[in-house]
Amino acid sequence: MSINFKNALGLHPDALNVRSKRSEILANNLANSDTPGYKARDLDFKGILKGEYENRQRMELNRTSQRHIPAAAIVMDQSLKFRTPHQPSIDGNTVETNIEQAEFAKNAMDFQSSFTFLNSKFSGLMKAMKSQS
Amino acid sequence: MSLNKIFNIAGSGMNAQTVRLNTTASNMANAQSVSSSIDETYRARKPVFAPMLERYKQGISDEYGYQNPVTSFNPRDVAGEGVQVLGIVESNQELQMRHEPNHPMANEEGYVFYPNVNVVEEMTDMMAASRSFQTNVEVMNTTKQMMQRVLTLGQNG
Repeated sequence: MSINFKNALGLHPDALNVRSKRSEILANNLANSDTPGYKARDLDFKGILKGEYENRQRMELNRTSQRHIPAAAIVMDQSLKFRTPHQPSIDGNTVETNIEQAEFAKNAMDFQSSFTFLNSKFSGLMKAMKSQS
Repeated sequence: MSLNKIFNIAGSGMNAQTVRLNTTASNMANAQSVSSSIDETYRARKPVFAPMLERYKQGISDEYGYQNPVTSFNPRDVAGEGVQVLGIVESNQELQMRHEPNHPMANEEGYVFYPNVNVVEEMTDMMAASRSFQTNVEVMNTTKQMMQRVLTLGQNG
């Protein structure tokens, strides 16, 4: 019996990936908080997660022989959305620094929790591999 | 890993805010630099910010003529990679012309020209710039913690 890492680790590596991508986008929003005409962007994590589940169910190739290698495409819908500002500013900038800061902190926390899940998956695998004495 | 890019993004933000702070300092220092003609008078300077877009993702060649590969076909899906200072412009607000015949710099009609620096505006600009700078520093700190955390993956299992 072999361990399939994709099944063993579940969604967490992808989640970690999306979190780091999102932190990049939020950092960019914060850096451009004084740029006239800049529109704040963000990723829709819920949408990505939904797309991920649908892809897992849908995007698997049919196998007509037992010896075919199973192939499944995990395609992330990484389309960026524009944020709707609560108070639009006169220079066309839609970055609200406080909201972006809060989102960045939240994203960092979510990153930590995704990381903790991934880490515990690994320690579970390690435990399974160790000899019981 | 995309976490690495955040350092560049926050760094570009800090750089832009430093330029802004620099122009503010220059404006404040020269707020009272009088002269006897319109052309010689100091004018308030302001930096122009613009978002930095990922050129390689749009397949645009860089300054060396190297065509970078296209990695995203939809320009809407391109996140920027920081902020840049396009240049520094001089304010074209009217200069203050004051009648001070006893001033050593006064011209034949007895007028001196004061710069169009609004000190109150410069002070608020300075506060905004230093706040934005702090925000970028915080972003950098948080990212550093995230990266250090990633390095411990699989340890103490």
